[in-house]
Amino acid sequence: MKIRFHIMPLVAMVALLSACEKDNYTEPKSMLSGRIVYKGEPVGVEAGQVRLQLWQPGFGKLAAIDAPISQDGSYSALLFDGSYKLVFPKNRGPFKTIVKDAAAKDTVFVKLAGNQALDVEVMPYYMIRTPQFSGGESKVNVSLKLEKTLTGAEGKDIERVSLYVSKTDFVARATNVAVTDVPGADIKDLNAINLTATVPALSPAQNYVFARVGVKIKDVEDMVFSPVQKVNL
Amino acid sequence: MKKIFQILSIAVLTLGWSCNDDDFLNRPPTGQLSEEQIWNDEGQVLSVLGDLYNRYVDLSTFKTINDVPGWTTVSDFNEAFWSEAGRYGNFQNNGWGFGAWGAWDYGYIREMNLFIQKCTAADKLAPAVRERYLAEARFLRASYYFELVKRMGGVPLILEPMVYDFSGDPSYLQHARAKESEIYDFVIKEAEEIKDKLPASVGEKSRATKAAALAMEVRAALYAGSIAKYGVNTPSVALPGGEVGIPSSAANGYYTKALAAAKEIISGNAGAYALYTKKPDLSENFASIFYDKANNSEVIFVEDFKLQSGKVHYFTGWNQPRYGAEEEEGGRINPSLNFVEAFEKLDNTFAPIPTANANGTPIYYTDQTDIFKGRDARMAGTVMLPGTTFKGRKVDIWAGYQLANGTIISGDDRGAQKTLPGKTVPEQVVGFDGPIDGFEFTAQTGFYLRKYLDPVVGSGQRGVNSEVWLVRYRYAEVLLNAAEAAFELGQAAEAAGYMNQVRARAGLVTPLKASEINFDRLVHERRVEFAFEGHLFFDMKRWRIAHQILDGNAITAAELSKDLGKATKRNTQPWGLWPYKIYDPGSANNGKWIYKQVKLSRVTGADRFQLGNYYSYIDDAIISNNPKLVRNPNQ
Repeated sequence: MKIRFHIMPLVAMVALLSACEKDNYTEPKSMLSGRIVYKGEPVGVEAGQVRLQLWQPGFGKLAAIDAPISQDGSYSALLFDGSYKLVFPKNRGPFKTIVKDAAAKDTVFVKLAGNQALDVEVMPYYMIRTPQFSGGESKVNVSLKLEKTLTGAEGKDIERVSLYVSKTDFVARATNVAVTDVPGADIKDLNAINLTATVPALSPAQNYVFARVGVKIKDVEDMVFSPVQKVNL
Repeated sequence: MKKIFQILSIAVLTLGWSCNDDDFLNRPPTGQLSEEQIWNDEGQVLSVLGDLYNRYVDLSTFKTINDVPGWTTVSDFNEAFWSEAGRYGNFQNNGWGFGAWGAWDYGYIREMNLFIQKCTAADKLAPAVRERYLAEARFLRASYYFELVKRMGGVPLILEPMVYDFSGDPSYLQHARAKESEIYDFVIKEAEEIKDKLPASVGEKSRATKAAALAMEVRAALYAGSIAKYGVNTPSVALPGGEVGIPSSAANGYYTKALAAAKEIISGNAGAYALYTKKPDLSENFASIFYDKANNSEVIFVEDFKLQSGKVHYFTGWNQPRYGAEEEEGGRINPSLNFVEAFEKLDNTFAPIPTANANGTPIYYTDQTDIFKGRDARMAGTVMLPGTTFKGRKVDIWAGYQLANGTIISGDDRGAQKTLPGKTVPEQVVGFDGPIDGFEFTAQTGFYLRKYLDPVVGSGQRGVNSEVWLVRYRYAEVLLNAAEAAFELGQAAEAAGYMNQVRARAGLVTPLKASEINFDRLVHERRVEFAFEGHLFFDMKRWRIAHQILDGNAITAAELSKDLGKATKRNTQPWGLWPYKIYDPGSANNGKWIYKQVKLSRVTGADRFQLGNYYSYIDDAIISNNPKLVRNPNQ
């Protein structure tokens, strides 16, 4: 009897421990996603380096919602429905933004109602064309062409072309096991560029690596990258 | 009963009398001083000023601010590895956030402005005293604006305490950012105006003096000059409104100002400052600059500490050699091999620490310290090398025994014991100070820090702490600043003269010729002279070489020792140098030492300094409050 006396309040407590649903906002449900593209082709960038900013005015203090752009040029953000301004932070990304008119400049206005796919057109300085990777004997080789997409006064020179090799799918300046650089001055023909990287002994051993080529443009912080390619050694 | 109660009630009510309510309620508070009490009394004003001094902001500090312990701020940028278990992540990431090093304390500026306003009106103070206080407050305000402009670029220049009128519209309180050059101009102008109101007293170190004002002016003018000159190398690190970036045409003007102000100190106008040369051992002499507080002729302006006063610091405790430490910790800052290798040989040439001959065979050293012989005395004065002593005890840094066949015998605990082949009794096979890879507080790079470590007994105890001062300006900096300004103005011979003074003090007695002075030399000299003093970061920034030094690429063994004197030498990861004892009875090499370059397993990332790191991110909340502020570039 005594035991039951102690248990009863506990049972009552547990029974009463039910929460009501009034304690919070509903979570954002509308997905804005897409890629950054040049004439419909995605522009590859370094993971975690380039981002889009979404600004939603009208709710007190302003702060941007950052949407990082992943290696293959795609981005996504889970948002509330509403009107957003989509911009790139100044001087970020291996591209110039496209100015539509004097008033809007390069801002993209997004009216979000439910999920939406939106590709953002940009003007890269260079595009990497037809990268052909091959591997063997602890070496990774790539041949590629470069297209200077932004010419004239706005165009910029190549600082270097780099071949990055990584153990994992994340291949970039920050994560790699081997790098080969070719300075821009040594590149005579944009249509025939060859790079070879020697892969060091990997621990634990694996008989494949991931590789991609990046182009560093003079006075531009972010590099433009080719897609990641798995290469068997 | 009832009657008694009534009588008592009447008695209580009658006696519960009070007189003169106004007097009673208007008693002065005992925990607070009134404006009048403060501004009529010199001592009280000084204590208000003392508070402002205490809030002086340094990048490299001994204090723990926002849970960031001071030793990390002293030893950043891969000049050292951090031997503390919780901090290896700093060597596994790839750089810094844009918000790093941000500062925006307008509360501090407001209080300095209030001080200046009220002190100006305080006519009860003796005029001479008031003038000095005012000059000191203006020095502190200029110092903080200098700190802000170094980190953030141009900031709103607020020189009056602002008052809100409660009209509902605060927009008149919002001020746009001044140009970067305007803030530097302000600092220079303030220094010029206050220098003669401050005492020219060499003995005064912790309060502003004429020399401190001039030293600030030299540094500010030099920084502005180099931003103007080298800003062209990073054209995207600029804003169209000039909030960031200074036009290159202004460079010569700033360098001229820097040189003129430096000459004023060098000529003795601000007091008889001179390089510290009290001790015959040049390395000990160099280390003493930072802990010898008696008649120190070199130090100009410091943050002072005093034992048993409440204002002490634990820097020695954090970084004391672990073996024989006064607490069960220490050894956190492990200077990197990259840094140690930067010290020149006595013939003014650069060379790696020689571990092997040209054909690859290791060099055997009889004494553990032999490998470091014949180098710049500042090396042993800045770094605690294996085999040297601290507080009379030899640091026990050695990584293990190497046998004749190349096998290493080592342990995974400090002073671990193992039985060597051919012996029966276990003996110590690794130093009590390590190095043991991944073992915190041991000298994981093979080195400990010596600079700023206090040799006084008890300095490493939590209950005692240290009173070593934090040097903010010293005479050697004035000389090197003068050298740089002179060099940039095309006066290489004069530059060599200034630089050779500093070098001779470090044992580099062969003077550099005017033709040998170049940008790389200047950069290198500052790196080794001012290591761990908080200069490196701002130097890298103003020369616009931070993104080249910290370029995000790992350092390979092959390139580690190449281009040692080059200004833009990559320094993205700290390397180590481990001593091993040879165990090979019967061989002539038995008991000798060899050294090996080591890349620590905890160092996996390589730092990249982004263009957006040159000027720190201004917080969104700050910009929301003041939409007139423009954002810094490349973020």
